[in-house]
Amino acid sequence: MSTATRSLPRTIGAHAILLTYTAIALFPVILVIMNSFKSRAGIFGEPLTPPTPKTFDLIGYTTVIGQGDFIHYFQNSLVVTVASLFFVLLFGAMAAFALSEYRFRGNTLMGLYLALGIMIPIRLGTVAILQLMVASGLVNTLTALILVYTAQGLPLAVFILSEFMKQVSDDLKNAGRIDGLSEYTIFFRLVLPLVRPSMATVAVFTMIPIWNDLWFPLILAPSEETKTVTLGAQLFLGQFVTNWNAILAALSLAIMPVLILYVIFSRQLIRGITSGAVK
Amino acid sequence: MGSLKIENVKKAFGPVEVLKGINLEVTDGEFVVFVGPSGCGKSTLLRVIAGLEDSTSGRVVIDGEDVSVTPPAKRGIAMVFQTYALYPHLTVKNNMGLGLKQASTPAAEIDRRIGIASSMLSLEPYLERRPAELSGGQRQRVAIGRAVVREPKLFLFDEPLSNLDAALRVNTRLEIAQLHRRLKATMIYVTHDQVEAMTLADKIVVLNAGKIEQIGGPMQLYNSPANEFVAGFIGSPKMNFIDGARLGETANTIGVRPEHLTVDPKSGAWKGTVVHAEHLGADTNLYLDCEKAGLITVRIFGVYNAEPGATLYATPDPAKTYRFGADGKVLK
Repeated sequence: MSTATRSLPRTIGAHAILLTYTAIALFPVILVIMNSFKSRAGIFGEPLTPPTPKTFDLIGYTTVIGQGDFIHYFQNSLVVTVASLFFVLLFGAMAAFALSEYRFRGNTLMGLYLALGIMIPIRLGTVAILQLMVASGLVNTLTALILVYTAQGLPLAVFILSEFMKQVSDDLKNAGRIDGLSEYTIFFRLVLPLVRPSMATVAVFTMIPIWNDLWFPLILAPSEETKTVTLGAQLFLGQFVTNWNAILAALSLAIMPVLILYVIFSRQLIRGITSGAVK
Repeated sequence: MGSLKIENVKKAFGPVEVLKGINLEVTDGEFVVFVGPSGCGKSTLLRVIAGLEDSTSGRVVIDGEDVSVTPPAKRGIAMVFQTYALYPHLTVKNNMGLGLKQASTPAAEIDRRIGIASSMLSLEPYLERRPAELSGGQRQRVAIGRAVVREPKLFLFDEPLSNLDAALRVNTRLEIAQLHRRLKATMIYVTHDQVEAMTLADKIVVLNAGKIEQIGGPMQLYNSPANEFVAGFIGSPKMNFIDGARLGETANTIGVRPEHLTVDPKSGAWKGTVVHAEHLGADTNLYLDCEKAGLITVRIFGVYNAEPGATLYATPDPAKTYRFGADGKVLK
């Protein structure tokens, strides 16, 4: 079958490139998941083969669930991620609305200031953040992590959302004003539903670095009570002996929640990326 | 119950002055149209009346009450927007009722008013639909209905027909005219389309560069424009402007409407060559390049056969020729 826009060699070529890339991208993930179901001897003996009846072993998962308080770590990670995400989206959207909707002195400067965080990594300020948290007695609390991650996520959220909010029709907001809606109602009921796809985009970009972060949990909240999954997995990394079964199992488990959240947001996400290009 | 008075309203965005002192009075029940080229400040003026923009100085008085600092919802106005601006998450019925609900009107009263408005605009079959399920014309009728249910002192229309296709535009224009006749309400209508202005208005306000050029009835503006700008803006095709010196006249510029010129193949005032002819059936537009007058447009009623390149003589109707001074004002 050959039409004006499609030719067989081209189709094959394009698919070959895409399939190769997919294989490369998925390889480490598959390797981790595959080996997490194998015995120690299986992992070292034949790392690249899928689990066979001989090498199949759930020892990694039983260790992870038995040893260490893994359910608790999961809970911590989830609380931190969801709470940070909520605040990033809420405050980011509110700031973006103000920047795009109201004319005030220093509007552009304020926008630049809020976007500055995209260029300056928050980790540069680790020492100051730690001092701040010590002074305010927030060390070893999830609150500390939520505050830091909210600050980390806001710049990109403000930047992306203010671009999208500029596209929301002025007439619609003005119609709301004439009908007597308050600015908050206009924001929450009229504007937010219209920028939902871009909110999903921001949510995914914000969520993944937070869930995967090891730096701030290690520095701000390393106590047993507040450990996150990534920090908890370090438990099995010893100086002399490393429990590979347990680490691989822990990592496989840690992928799940992100994957679920991604699936929830992805439909919106694709719309967010393509909106504007195709109306 | 719906008079409006604008006193010396000025509006500046930073250093750019958009409205340069507007004075206007609208009496109860009048249909007033603001026209002007884009960027002349007509939409800004409407927004100032609505309270969506604050004026830099001056007063807006609705029904004898100074509303310069009153929020839009409390001014007793309703507005219809160019892009319809319907609430996408609400049904037609709730779209129309939201303003009343915000003003805590009893539910029975809201239903009664929606009933009247929807039968007036034949929207009854669509009351439970959402805006996305309506066509453009229906959406604009819902937007008009949303304005009607508020029973405002003042209706404000911001280019309501611009997003509709040509056929629908004529229908909706008719509907707005009927609505005005039935409600006898005061309406202010912004457009850049002079046909809409001429057909709808009791009174036309011609704006240019933030200033009012002339206020008057449609025929008054057509027959006795105050200056060159109004003369050129009202009427289609545009009035011909000819340099007075070329014709040996004392006036700076001579204006003749295309329909007030006659052509003859044998003799006449201005000899010219046909550059292009537009045959519209009901009338014919000829573009003539004249030796004395330059390029002019002539509108002839009915069919007139003229090939490009042919020589024709154009003669202006002396009673309908306008003379403008150096400042653009009409010379009496």
